[in-house]
Amino acid sequence: MTATLTLPERRIGLFLSVLLALMGLFMAAAARHGVMSLHGFMALGLGLGLVFLIGGSLYDPAPPHRRPDRYYDAPTRFGLTLTLVWAIIGMGVGVWVAALLYWPEATPPWPATSFGRLRPVHTTGIIFGFGGNALIATSFHVLQRTSRARLADSISPWVVVLGYNLFCAWAVTGYLMGSTQSKEYAEAEWYADLWLVVIWVTYFTLYLRTLARRNEPHIYVANWYYLAFILVVAMLHIVNNLALPVRLTTAESFPVWSGVQDAMVQWWYGHNAVAFFLTAGFLGMLYYFLPVRSGRPIWSYRLSIVSFWGITFFYIWVGSHHLHYTALPYWAQTLGMTFSVMLLVPSWASAGNAIATLNGAWHKVRDDATLRFMFVAAVFYGLSTFEGSFLAIRPVNSLSHYTDWTVGHVHSGTLGWVAMIIFGAIYTLVPQLGGKRQMASPRAIEWHFWLAVTGTLIYVIAMWNAGITQGLMWRAYDRNGALSYSFVQSVQAMAPYYLLRTIGGALFLTGAVLCAWNCRATLRGAREGAADRPLVPQPAE
Amino acid sequence: MTAPHHREVDPVTGHDTTGHDWNGIRELNTPFPRLVIWALVLAFLYSVIAWVLLPAWPTGRDYTRGLLGLDQRAEAAEGFRALSGRRQDWLSRFGGADFAALTADKALMATAMPAAARLYADNCAACHGTRGQGGPGFPVLSDGTWLWSGDPDEIATTIRHGINADDPDTRYAEMPAFDWIERPDRIALSRFVADLPGGAADFETPAGGLFTENCATCHGDTGAGGLSVGAPSLTDTATLYGQDPETVMETLRHGRAGLMPAWSGRLSGAEINLLALYVTQLGQGSGGRP
Ligand code: HEC
Ligand code: HEC
Ligand code: HEM
Ligand code: HEM
Repeated sequence: MTATLTLPERRIGLFLSVLLALMGLFMAAAARHGVMSLHGFMALGLGLGLVFLIGGSLYDPAPPHRRPDRYYDAPTRFGLTLTLVWAIIGMGVGVWVAALLYWPEATPPWPATSFGRLRPVHTTGIIFGFGGNALIATSFHVLQRTSRARLADSISPWVVVLGYNLFCAWAVTGYLMGSTQSKEYAEAEWYADLWLVVIWVTYFTLYLRTLARRNEPHIYVANWYYLAFILVVAMLHIVNNLALPVRLTTAESFPVWSGVQDAMVQWWYGHNAVAFFLTAGFLGMLYYFLPVRSGRPIWSYRLSIVSFWGITFFYIWVGSHHLHYTALPYWAQTLGMTFSVMLLVPSWASAGNAIATLNGAWHKVRDDATLRFMFVAAVFYGLSTFEGSFLAIRPVNSLSHYTDWTVGHVHSGTLGWVAMIIFGAIYTLVPQLGGKRQMASPRAIEWHFWLAVTGTLIYVIAMWNAGITQGLMWRAYDRNGALSYSFVQSVQAMAPYYLLRTIGGALFLTGAVLCAWNCRATLRGAREGAADRPLVPQPAE
Repeated sequence: MTAPHHREVDPVTGHDTTGHDWNGIRELNTPFPRLVIWALVLAFLYSVIAWVLLPAWPTGRDYTRGLLGLDQRAEAAEGFRALSGRRQDWLSRFGGADFAALTADKALMATAMPAAARLYADNCAACHGTRGQGGPGFPVLSDGTWLWSGDPDEIATTIRHGINADDPDTRYAEMPAFDWIERPDRIALSRFVADLPGGAADFETPAGGLFTENCATCHGDTGAGGLSVGAPSLTDTATLYGQDPETVMETLRHGRAGLMPAWSGRLSGAEINLLALYVTQLGQGSGGRP
């Protein structure tokens, strides 16, 4: 890290690290005990660690001249490492909570290890830790390549990556200690939310400043998607997390929203988190790495731009499909339902565009597991958006809501689409970052691919069965107007599916561990940085 | 890498590239696909139809009501009425508590008992077990031994008002703490109580004396219970918390007062009577289908 910084940059870094340590000390001292003070100590620890790291190498040799002639890949590399670490944490906890649902007696006797606390560790660790780090790391790469410009400065990418991971670590440790705002996917407490705003604004300005320095007349479509991800997530995050702290020295707070407005704001946030965190950003990833890996231009560039505006416009309306048959007024539910159906068009246009891009490269799909990851991602993107639009139709939702069908839909999107596209991008990017021709073990990629596909199919098919079984059992009445099944019976009926889900998840996790090992083997002893250069024109290959 | 603004024809699709180039990714000039436009039109049409028929757009203080005039609260109430109507046909018969007559009506019982089983599973199984098998602190309902009584009237009273519950007419069943008895005596007493079911307990010992002095008022002279104070028989093999010496020591040290919730606020009188019959049959070993 420090080897890539100049002396003035190291000084700024040192200054910021001292600031972080002081902030942590202040938090710990003001809160005195509880979650907030632990979080203060975490910030203090990170700050001090950085002070030692940067201070210790302050007067080391400066990086070579002509740095602007090279892309800045160190933050990407670091971010990818963290992506894989979070993948293993998030999926490991996922498999563990999946096992607990099958085998609840195995719950250890400590509060911190109860299902209720571990579940948000899974969702936050995997969405924000795994997904978020992957998005940030690849966005730096894609931004620089498609703009043919180095990142606007060398400090802010580190602020973004380190600050973002401090947020994730705060969130996850907070849940373990029982601290939560009780808003799904936005459980972190007020000071963590504020901290994320600072980090996110830094990220956004870094992105814009770098785009402004681009050496290409046009902004490549992937950047539109990444930018929408950054901008809209900022907006959602701020509105949904508006809250008044009980005291400035404790973690607890009251949201400013209440009642059905609170529910609507939460699911406006929740669904657009799906849209702009789990979809838009990853479409950006797809639109860059798929053409790069397949050697084919996007089938219809026009369509990719129109889909972008379609997705951006329609998604904003659909949050209410999470609140069908609730206290939310009927009219809001109808709007959510109809816009969800219209949303299918740009979604399938994107999936179809990605698949059509592979025309002329199908032989590569057959031979190259990395490209196959991306192909499967596009297919699952199509499947899960179709399923989503279907579930958004009110009468369908009356069957699926509260059941494991939702969980099946979630994981067809997240395992089949999000995780697959991340692995495709990682296997494309990591050899390049290490200056290698290919990953250390191509066979491990092949294994990973089949583990991931099998795991996803087992997981998703088990949950479809589970969800539809639950939904039908809950609504069944006998001739005499009495319920045909008790709730306990519907729980007992889940046992085989929960066992299958655990097995599917374990396969998927095994694949991810293989990936982490493979990346480590590829990057070990790698030459510093990728071989390509921004400005210097290179001879045609 | 190709030089910027270099148009060429893509051999696979036959379309040209616009000359834009981002790090080797070219822009393929495929025309906008018609299919997508048609799909959008279709989806929009669906939406317009839905907006016309259903409540849809807000108009300031009101909203468009939709031609079908649907209202989700009314729909829910209607569905609920339809179902409970079908149920009332037979459930209303349980409003009266002539349990003998009810039990005698075989057709009625054939209709009612499966429904009772679900009612039991949804409300009672969490504590008493899916088949009435109980658990530590929660009495077995299927073994024919009772804290109070196996008579359906008495069972209905227990369900309605609970035990040690937040209800003015609740039953009270408190086992006081006997931590003031010296520890060695308490140990001897625990052994004595543990020996009661096997018949090996000797009332002529000091521990037996302690029992007669302190325990017999509630548990009966021989420890056989049956005094309708909720104190279990200590001579049978059925247990509530456990009758091994260690558990009895616990019981003596801290006392016991299990909580059975009162259900009169949550279940209708007819449902409570239905459950009382179901539990009676559980105790007779004839119910118990989950
Ligand atoms: C929260 C746990 C709980 C639930 C739920 C519960 N019970 Fe109980 N029930 C108990 C406990 C504890 C006792 C024993 C109280 C005591 O220790 O004296 C008990 C006692 C009883 C008794 C008296 C048993 C005897 O031997 O005389 C009956 C009958 C009974 N419950 C029926 C029911 C029915 C029917 C339901 C469902 C509507 C139900 N219970 C729900 C905890 C529960
Ligand atoms: C005031 C009445 C009362 C007296 C006196 C009393 N008990 Fe109890 N005992 C109860 C009640 C009521 C219960 C059931 C507690 C519950 O339902 O939670 C009980 C429960 C018990 C149990 C638990 C039975 C099981 O199956 O787990 C034991 C053992 C016991 N008593 C022993 C004693 C002994 C020994 C004494 C005398 C030292 C004693 N009791 C005196 C009322 C009494
Ligand atoms: C190893 C693979 C995985 C396993 C075994 C797994 C397991 C689970 C389990 C058991 C739940 C709780 C379901 C419930 O409460 O009934 C869950 C929820 C969830 N998981 Fe996963 N998961 C895995 C991977 C992922 C990935 C990769 C993502 C995202 C990128 C993800 C996102 C989510 C989300 C968003 C939820 C909440 C769903 C809801 O509330 O409806 N999971 N997961
Ligand atoms: C056209 C696109 C999509 C639509 C219309 C859609 C619609 C829906 C609907 C109707 C629900 C169920 C709400 C409920 O009953 O509670 C849902 C849940 C969910 N969807 Fe989708 N979905 C789409 C795409 C996706 C994708 C691609 C992903 C993931 C990458 C995803 C992730 C989720 C998650 C995480 C939930 C669970 C939320 C929760 O209850 O915790 N969705 N979606």
